[in-house]
Amino acid sequence: MKDISFHILDIVQNSLHAGADRIGIEMAENTNEGTLKLTITDNGSGMDQKRLDQVTDPFFTSSTTKRVGLGLPLLKQNAEQTGGAFEVKSELNKGTIVTAFFNSRNIDMIPEGDLAATMRTLISSEPQKDLVFRHQKDDGDYELDTAAIRAELGDIDLSRREVLDFICEFIRSNERVFHEQSFEKKIY
Amino acid sequence: MNKIKNLADLRDLKEKLQSGTKLREKSEYPELLVQVKVAMATCCIASGSRETMNYIVDELEKRNVGAVITQTGCMGYCYAEPTIEVILPGKEPVVFGYVDVKKADEIIEKYIKGGALVEGIIPVNYKKIDN
Repeated sequence: MKDISFHILDIVQNSLHAGADRIGIEMAENTNEGTLKLTITDNGSGMDQKRLDQVTDPFFTSSTTKRVGLGLPLLKQNAEQTGGAFEVKSELNKGTIVTAFFNSRNIDMIPEGDLAATMRTLISSEPQKDLVFRHQKDDGDYELDTAAIRAELGDIDLSRREVLDFICEFIRSNERVFHEQSFEKKIY
Repeated sequence: MNKIKNLADLRDLKEKLQSGTKLREKSEYPELLVQVKVAMATCCIASGSRETMNYIVDELEKRNVGAVITQTGCMGYCYAEPTIEVILPGKEPVVFGYVDVKKADEIIEKYIKGGALVEGIIPVNYKKIDN
């Protein structure tokens, strides 16, 4: 995976496959410490301890069409190659929490990528599910909650192009603010 | 906290969309619409299926094609990702491989709108259990 946005798209597929209808995606960055924590939480079917021990094995998968399962192993690798860490917690019938810690100053750190495009893909195919995306960087943060947007829009389908454009622009404008802030920091 | 700061914009959007004609009354009769399934597993994502999917969703709406676009798991054609499956109303499913944005455009224009087969089909012995 080239960047974090692809990892998010990939890991959320696991949650959807597990029947989750509320999925939280959180990115928390601290530029002074050089850390980034990515957490994906779902209320899907969860896993028992036996399966939990197998999830980071690339040759373990629940799929029947192929014999490898690389989603979690690749995220683990990308986190650990920055000197970070990786953790999966799960409880049967409750849900799963996947956490990846990155040292963002490490030379092997992957970029954040196009977060808006990832959210666009997820919402356009699963407009009825609750997705909460929260991005925090130092003392700034923003949150996108599709349940709140759905409540506001009433019977309008979230997968309509105008709505997707609106959501993408919301994410992009907030990312621009982050970008400008970190740029100022570097100058002064 | 910067929570959906532009709620007013969201209301404007709602008004705008409500006044427009409703294009998508999906889910009620999916068999009458074009169905597109974009494979979205690890292999597919790494090969660029996100861009393919966003492009197809956008373009089908822009070109006024009534369609249901969903994502699906890995179909086992990891070598040919991104792959999509297209089901035209009343027809057998067709799987296309190596579908980048350019290929997707060709599939929409020639196959979905014109009904003509295009290159890049992955042959599958696919039969539903009820036939």
